[in-house]
Amino acid sequence: MTPPHSHNLRTSVLVALVVVFGSAGNLFFDVGMKRIGALHGWSSAELRYAFIAVFSSGWIWLGITGMLLFLAALMLVLSWADFTYVLPATAAMYVVIPLVGRFVLHESVTGLRWMGVALICIGVALVGQTSPNTTKKV
Amino acid sequence: MRTAVVLAILVISGTGGDISVAHAMKRLGEVHNFAPAVILRFLGRAFREGWMWIGIAQLALAFCSLLALLSWEAVSFVLPATALSYVTGALGGKLFLGEKLTPLRWAGIALVSAGVALVCLG
Repeated sequence: MTPPHSHNLRTSVLVALVVVFGSAGNLFFDVGMKRIGALHGWSSAELRYAFIAVFSSGWIWLGITGMLLFLAALMLVLSWADFTYVLPATAAMYVVIPLVGRFVLHESVTGLRWMGVALICIGVALVGQTSPNTTKKV
Repeated sequence: MRTAVVLAILVISGTGGDISVAHAMKRLGEVHNFAPAVILRFLGRAFREGWMWIGIAQLALAFCSLLALLSWEAVSFVLPATALSYVTGALGGKLFLGEKLTPLRWAGIALVSAGVALVCLG
């Protein structure tokens, strides 16, 4: 049987990977789509142009890779950890994205958003104090 | 009325999808070996679980509902409203997966839910 402390460490590492890959995937999609620009119409020519632009963008493929790794890490951690432990912990993505937006992409972040970030941090910290698995002995 | 119905479909099918995927993964059992080949085989087995496909179907329905809702409602209303899914997820985890939610976990989930709503509103 796996010792509980290494089990908790494994859970923390995988949840961190879920957050990192999910945030990176979303940010790469954001950069990729901003570079492609807004769709100007719904004609077949416009849609074909958008399809080619999306799938020939390196940023979009980085985003897809990030989201696939996010999904794999999420599925692995859900194989032992509680859904009600993992779900709120993944909300840390809502913290990472404004931080990267503010300090890397130099976007403005409103006070309301910072307040939300603070609430999520406290909420995730509270959930982190509970046992990752309440349905079986680990 | 139309907004309330589609929002309910979005939240319920999204939560149902997540819970079905979690249930599929629990049925496979815990991973102990993290070698890449073992992980790939494990993930491949997951896609042979019926619950995984039930989950994917519900998540697809949630995604379509989200797109539909965004076509007539403002994103500043839709995204904060989806923070409800943290609360329905907690209820679903308790009812369908038999997870034990302590007051501390409930408090954390409530704060996360409120925080996500504020981030989306901001």
